[in-house]
Amino acid sequence: MASGTAVHQENFFTKYLFSQDHKMIAKQFLLTGMFMATIGMIMSVLFRIQLAWPGEGFAVLNFFLGDKWAPGGVLDPNMYLALGTIHGTIMVFFLLTAGLSGTFANLLIPLQIGARDMASGFMNMLSYWFFFISSVIMVASLFVESGPASAGWTVYPPLSALPQAIPGSGMGMTLWLVSMVFFIASSLIGGLNYIVTVINLRTKGMTMTRLPLTIWALFVTAILGLLSFPVLFSAALLLLFDRSFGTSFYLSDIYVAGEALEYSGGSPILYEHLFWFLGHPEVYIILLPALGLTSEIISNNSRKPIFGYRAMVGSILAIGFLSFIVWGHHMFVTGMDPFLGSVFTFTTLLIAIPSAVKVFNYITTLWKANIRFTPAMMFSIGMVSTFISGGLTGIILADAALDITVHDTYFVVAHFHIVMGFSAVNAMFAGVYHWYPKMFGRMMNLRLGYIHFWLTFIAGYGVFFPMHFLGLAGVPRRYYTNSEFPLFDGFVDMNVMMTVFAIVGSIAQFIFFFNFFYSMKRGPKAPQNPWKSNTLEWTTPVEHIHGNWPGALPEVHRWAYDYSKPGKEDDYVAQTVPLEDGETDGEH
Amino acid sequence: MSYLLLAIAVVVVFLIIQLIRVFELTGKLRNSDEYSIKEGPNRNRALGWALFGIGYFVFFIWLAVKYGPMMLPEAASAHGESIDLLFDINWVILITAFVITHIVLFYFVNVYYWRANRKADFITHNNKLELVWTVVPAIALAVIVIYGLRTWNEVTGDMTASDDAIKIELYAKQFDWTARYGGNDNNLGVANFNFINTSNPLGLINKSSIAIRLDELKAELNELEEDLTKAPKDGKKERAIKRKIQHRKDQVAAIYAMKRNIEVNGNGAYADDDKLVKLELHIPVNKPVNIQMRSQDVIHSALMPHFRAQMNCVPGMVTNFNFTPTITTEEMKKKTGNPDFEYILLCNKICGTAHYNMQMNIIVEPEEEYLAWYGEQKTFNDALMAAHPEYFEDNLADNQSK
Repeated sequence: MASGTAVHQENFFTKYLFSQDHKMIAKQFLLTGMFMATIGMIMSVLFRIQLAWPGEGFAVLNFFLGDKWAPGGVLDPNMYLALGTIHGTIMVFFLLTAGLSGTFANLLIPLQIGARDMASGFMNMLSYWFFFISSVIMVASLFVESGPASAGWTVYPPLSALPQAIPGSGMGMTLWLVSMVFFIASSLIGGLNYIVTVINLRTKGMTMTRLPLTIWALFVTAILGLLSFPVLFSAALLLLFDRSFGTSFYLSDIYVAGEALEYSGGSPILYEHLFWFLGHPEVYIILLPALGLTSEIISNNSRKPIFGYRAMVGSILAIGFLSFIVWGHHMFVTGMDPFLGSVFTFTTLLIAIPSAVKVFNYITTLWKANIRFTPAMMFSIGMVSTFISGGLTGIILADAALDITVHDTYFVVAHFHIVMGFSAVNAMFAGVYHWYPKMFGRMMNLRLGYIHFWLTFIAGYGVFFPMHFLGLAGVPRRYYTNSEFPLFDGFVDMNVMMTVFAIVGSIAQFIFFFNFFYSMKRGPKAPQNPWKSNTLEWTTPVEHIHGNWPGALPEVHRWAYDYSKPGKEDDYVAQTVPLEDGETDGEH
Repeated sequence: MSYLLLAIAVVVVFLIIQLIRVFELTGKLRNSDEYSIKEGPNRNRALGWALFGIGYFVFFIWLAVKYGPMMLPEAASAHGESIDLLFDINWVILITAFVITHIVLFYFVNVYYWRANRKADFITHNNKLELVWTVVPAIALAVIVIYGLRTWNEVTGDMTASDDAIKIELYAKQFDWTARYGGNDNNLGVANFNFINTSNPLGLINKSSIAIRLDELKAELNELEEDLTKAPKDGKKERAIKRKIQHRKDQVAAIYAMKRNIEVNGNGAYADDDKLVKLELHIPVNKPVNIQMRSQDVIHSALMPHFRAQMNCVPGMVTNFNFTPTITTEEMKKKTGNPDFEYILLCNKICGTAHYNMQMNIIVEPEEEYLAWYGEQKTFNDALMAAHPEYFEDNLADNQSK
């Protein structure tokens, strides 16, 4: 379908909007993801202001939310819940699922395996436009009269099913569900395409054991998505039925707003099972691409092969498999049978082993390396740190007996923001700094990159690390204010500190945005292979062409990690260089 | 104010633009290629990581010293101490792993920074090393799993062995808690959400509340029948009314079935002597309590941080949590040196607008005090009689005639 030599007549629409070229689609995903993330980030600042100074009026709240949701600059409690809900939805799905996988799977899969394009360019385009529609609907839901969805990003019924229970469960919730249905369709179409492309379109010599770890991670991620997103799809659809057509899948025995409802026989716990059957693999749908990108960047900037390539692939597969049998650890306090709790405790703790292997392999890759601290490398090292810090607290939450104490407290917020949010965001920034020359043909400003990194990294820890302490004191998440409980009065100054860090971290992102857009036009022209990398994407011309390589497809002769190989003049050997006599390939 | 903000935003953007201009110009003046790697700045970045590492640990220690005393408030339940021990075992393992991996990470970063005249070692893998760091975490995790599951069994094992436990129902609704005690027989009576009204907030069932509900349904049915005669034939409205009539009739049948089930089959009991309490939950010290949880509207969660107890309250089902309080409120006031200390129950599952203020105080007291307090509380039957005296004469007469 995508032939390298054919010249396409392209107009503005087919080139920039309805493009079927994977490189353009990757940029579309990235820009849409960044737009959504900005909304999500501003929301987090707004509710952090309320948490630091509850009940005080702030003009900035009134500026963004108007007199209805912030009368006199004081945030409305329903709007507080809505902000948290949409912040979570946007960050988890729109930024770290579509933004991360959509950008880098589209950009890197064809380029790193040596393919002209995705298996189906049309489906790829469709995947982006479904995502676009989904984003538009999600943004539109912010302007609904009764407010956007506000039952938390997990939207547990009955709260999410009954407009009588919370105003956000009216039109806002309907739009949320419709948006998610489009989102899931986009994910499935995209994921199917990634899998087919990796299996069928690898160039000559690109065996599975020579695939860069980025591709392994994106490949397993796509499989996880393909197996788990349909379950969320059905969960969302059944919820839509309960809300709009009077079915009782999730509802039973409810008396709300002075009225006994006719629903009978359903169970909200069913929804939780369906939701978390996606919800937990989703964590790895976010994290695996992050681990894949950093593997590549750490190896490249260490000028040293990634340590234990096979172990890295093995742990990606192990994490992928285990992620399907651990969802119950989100539900230890739902009245689950204690024996089942034991099983989920055991399976969940097993995940710590492949995760630990990955961490040790990262650290050992740095051992006896020759480390270049590019902005991408800074973010990648940061990612190793956040992955350790956040991953370890997961062991506490996996333990059913301990989870009773910290379930749904700020300890959980700290855990998943550091291990999933902060780590994946670090990796995503690393990926953008590293592959920006490939995407836009220009270099980003380095100094702004370093400033952006340190501000983001310190502010990130400053916001999320203290939350462990809040959680261990029993402070629940999703509280509009902690001031109703004398027990929590000692944390007032901590909340102020976290909010200040959040504001600083958010402002730092504008440095990144500025660097991103400014470099697009004014940055210096990128050289062919700015990071002296082995992988195939750096053998394509800097100016994008349809079909990626002007002549024949490159042929691969070695794995992607021949950095500082003894007996070679340079400290890197591209995958296209044939093996010399007696030279061994890969780990040997 | 909003104009001021806009102005600040413009100024910030302007400053960044100027900043980058300056960077570019100084770069050009020095006539250097910004993108080729240089030893000096690269070394400084490694030092940056060392500084960060130190700062990170200092931040951790500062937080632990300052806020540590507020973390995991003293456990006031029997199983709470086991949980705290498990926490301690975990902290030792996790903080060790945290510190060691971070020190090694920052150390490597500071030793193996780039130098022009050297090459990295070509090390691809090391089976022995990899085996070690697969097995060591596996052993550490085995410890965590074994201790964890033993504690979990201890915590949940309580739940079945509690025939002598005091049965208390915690009933959650937007946005408050009601506690229900089982009365003299320590047995919680049957309840149904269709029976909920202002005089019967938990939908409890006894003969009088059944009579009240049947009359309500009868009145509703009459009204609906009347509507039906007025409604246009074969219309949407008619079908809706018919459906409502059927729903009410089904309820009537269900009530008779339930009555038979209680009176003839002996499944469940009437809630006559149950006692309802708002605002405060009283429990005697050193006696096991069996808390059964229900919800009226959405999912709530009862979190009692001092007792290391938490369980969701889910509409349509009953959940359980058992514990034995070991320290009275008075003792805790002395221990914490805080004369205003109260045990609290808070809602820990997002439940709506006032979720953040859905709380109840828990009073743990010696058994005598508890019994004295308990004796003062009104039974459900008395409360219902005060609201609907007419039903009680009827019922009385009805009972006597049988």
